[in-house]
Formats: sequence, structure tokens, C-alpha cells
Amino acid sequence: MLERPEVFYEVSTARLDVVEKPLSAWEKLYDNGAFRKTVLLLMLAAAWELYATWLNNPLLFPTFSATMGAFFASIASGALPQAALYTISMLLKGYAAGLAIAALLTAFATGTRIGADLLETLTAMFNPLPSIALLPLALVWFGLGAGSVIFVLIHAVLWAVALNTFAGFRSVSPTWRMVGQNYGLSRAGYIARILIPGAFPSILTGLKVGWAFAWRTLIAAELVFGVSSGSGGLGWFIFERKNQLLIADVFAGLLTVILFGLAVENLIFKTIENRTVRRWGMQS
Amino acid sequence: MDTVPLLSVEGVTLRYRTKEHLVTATYRVSFKLYRSDRFVVLGPSGCGKSTLLKAVGGYIQPTEGRIQLGNAEVTSPGPDRVFVFQEFDQLLPWKTVKENIVFALTASGKLRRPQAEERAMHYIAKVNLTEFASSYPHTLSGGMKQRVAIARAMAMEPQILLMDEPFAALDALTRAKMQEELLQLWEETKFTVLFVTHSIPEAIRVGNRILLMSAHPGQVRAELNSAGADAARIHELLFGAADHA
Repeated sequence: MLERPEVFYEVSTARLDVVEKPLSAWEKLYDNGAFRKTVLLLMLAAAWELYATWLNNPLLFPTFSATMGAFFASIASGALPQAALYTISMLLKGYAAGLAIAALLTAFATGTRIGADLLETLTAMFNPLPSIALLPLALVWFGLGAGSVIFVLIHAVLWAVALNTFAGFRSVSPTWRMVGQNYGLSRAGYIARILIPGAFPSILTGLKVGWAFAWRTLIAAELVFGVSSGSGGLGWFIFERKNQLLIADVFAGLLTVILFGLAVENLIFKTIENRTVRRWGMQS
Repeated sequence: MDTVPLLSVEGVTLRYRTKEHLVTATYRVSFKLYRSDRFVVLGPSGCGKSTLLKAVGGYIQPTEGRIQLGNAEVTSPGPDRVFVFQEFDQLLPWKTVKENIVFALTASGKLRRPQAEERAMHYIAKVNLTEFASSYPHTLSGGMKQRVAIARAMAMEPQILLMDEPFAALDALTRAKMQEELLQLWEETKFTVLFVTHSIPEAIRVGNRILLMSAHPGQVRAELNSAGADAARIHELLFGAADHA
């Protein structure tokens, strides 16, 4: 083997020019996701305006400015807020009922083997069935009105939430279970303090999927029939304005549907996610 | 030292069922633990040492024999025997370092919240993690997580600490440091610990008494004092002379 001397170096940063240097204003701005998306939205709006102006057929495709005009006019007249409020209240009722039933089913499934089999079988059967396909049947059972809509909403929410919650409970780490037992938690304490937080990433996914199903189902159901006593939701608003050939209003209605979807996803669920599973490092 | 054993394991046979087999993990294992013992169970993988520890923890019932803590038979998990696991995920990720310890103290009904917080901070300081008290576990390194788990277990001031290869998932340098710290903590509080490992040097370093187990099924091969124990001889006892070049 070759004989080599040992070598020692002085550590020095004397001639290094950058160890840490602040980014320029433009670099910081470009790193901001909200800024990039706002620019994209502005570009899309501009393209829309240009194309619609060039097409010059407001019955087929109104301009962006006409849509915004109709949007604010409908808000000012109170028609759009009233429709939106109605839709939201229906949604909350259906969502809450769906969650309650999902909680019961999951509790039964967690407690007993036959309950687990029941949940798995029911979910396998009904999860692929689009809620809106149940609407004709719901109309026969519950008549033309809120009852039918809530029935299909429950169907939209229930399976996604129950399935995800149950799967989440099952995948809770065995170590956490043993920790819970070690400190002598009661049955209820074990569910509340180990199972639910441990399964929270799955539960949250279930809540999001359930919300998305419910929102789509509700708008579709409202499009099919106006709800009793003359007050309809956003779907009905869109359908009615189409019949009156107020196409800019139709676009305004669609825009409202999009805005609500974005708000719930990006404000409500994002906030919950940031405060829970992300902070806990259970989801990156 | 006390002459009444704190924990006595008498002729314990442990069996568990897999999908295809009924496995005997340990066969008629007996040993006694006295107060302030650092009792190490040492054996190759498959000797049922972790299963044995779970039985002492109360997670598994012996098919034969008895496990007694003080005068009471062990039948279920309880806060008088606190576990430190090998896995880093034994800390609850939805709680901060301090909350993990407070949770243990309050869930077991040991202390009310203000006192629990005080005691949590005391033991966090003992493992030198005061500045990380409000950090979430996923931001800590593996060694720090294990230190929190040890602090949590010690804060419970249990009759006996059960450690299931707590340093096995750490790198060699961190492991040596953790062994050192554990011994230091023992000097301060003289807790009783039952420590499971498959590493001969770790057993000699950490323990004052070593139980050697052979594998398939786990049986007691020897019970030694670790003072003056010879690694080569332990190796020979565990694996036979032929194996040892």
C-alpha cells in the first residue's frame, strides 16, 4: 500500500462572496402562488373578453364584462344571493344528515364484525351509484320538494365519509393503539383521543369527497326541477334564466357555482388541513 | 437492596396464532426483577423477547405460568408499567412534545392539568429538550423522539419501565449517546427498567443483570451479572461455540 502523509487544511470563507443573500423583489413575487394564479386568471379573463367580442353573439357566448355586469346586477337585485342562500341551506342540511348517519354506521362497523361487513357491502353497492340517479325514485317517495333533495344529498355524502372514516380507523398505527391502552384510556377516550385524530387525514379526505359529491348533486337536482313554493336554488336560477334567454345571467349563475366551490375548497378545507394534518406532519 | 421481587415471571409460556401456524414464542421462562434493577433480556431475533415484554405489559396473556407485579397478577395494560417502543411513531403526531407527556399523565388520571404540565416540563428538562417543548414530533430527529418517549414514560413514574429495543432504529453514534443518557437518568432517579435488546454490547452497557434467551421457542439460557461480563462468552452461550470463529 502507498504511504501517504496526513493532510490538514485551514477552514476559511474569506474569499467566498455569497453565503446568504436576500432574493430580489421579482423573485419573491414569482414564488408567491397566489400571485401566479391571479396573473393566470387575468389572462384567461382577457382571452374570454377578446374571443366573445370577436364572436359578437351574446346569445351564445356573452363577453366577460357582460357576465360581470349580469353578476353584479343579479346580486344587487337580490335574486342571486337568495338563490345561493337557498342552495347553501339545503346543502348544509343534507351534509349534516349524511355525516350523522355516517357516524352511526362507522361506530357500528368499528364495534362489531358484522357491522364492518355491512358497511363494506353497502358501500360497495351504493358508492358507484350516482346520487342523481336516485332522484326519480326520491320524487316518488318524498314528492317535489326539500325532502327529495335531502335524500339524494345524504346518499352523496354518506358512503364517501363512512368508507374513508372506517378505512382511516383501520389504518391507525398499532403503536398508537398500544400507547392509548398503556395509559389506561376508556373506550370513549380511546376513540376520541387516539382513533379520530389518528385517522384524521382519511376523515378529512372523506369530508372533502363527500362535499364535492353533494355540491354537484345538489346543483344537478335543482336543474331538474324547481323546488316547491317558487324559491329555487342556484341550479334553478341557471335553468330559469336559460329559458328566458338571459345567457349572461346563466354565465353569472355558473360563476357563482364555481366561486362557492373554490371558496369551500380553498378557504374552509385548506384552513382545516393547515391547522391539523399539515401541522402534525401527517400530510405534506 | 430490597429482597422482595418487584416483578416475578414464573414459568411463562406464550403462544400466538398466525394465519397458518400456532407459534410458541417463549417456553417456561422465569426470572425475577428487584427494585432499581436494570434488567436486560438479550437474545437473537425470534427468541420471543418482545412478546415476553408485551406479556409483562399486559397486552398478551400467558398460556401457562404467571406474571406478578408486586402482589397483583398482570392481566391488562396499565399505567404502572409504561412502555417505550422501538418505533418513532409512538409519540402522537397531533400533540406537541409537552402535550404528549401531559396527555399521558391526564389520560391515566395520574395528575390534573396544571400539575401535569409542571411535571412534563420537569422531565423534558431532564432529557434536555426544553426548547423543543412546543414542537410537533415530526420536526424532531429520531434520537430526540426517543428521548421524548423516555421522558413521557419516566414522567409517569411507573413501578417499572418497559423498553423494547428503544435505540435499535438509531444510528450508532446517537445510540451510544442515548445509552449514556439513560444511565445518567438512572443514577438520578434509580428507576426499575426491563430492557429488551439483541445487541450484546448494549446489554452489557445498559444492564446490571442480563437474561440470555435462546430462540425457537425462547427459553432462558443463563442469567448473568453484567459487571465483568464477557461479550465473547455471551456470544458463545447464545450461538454455540462452533458459530464463533
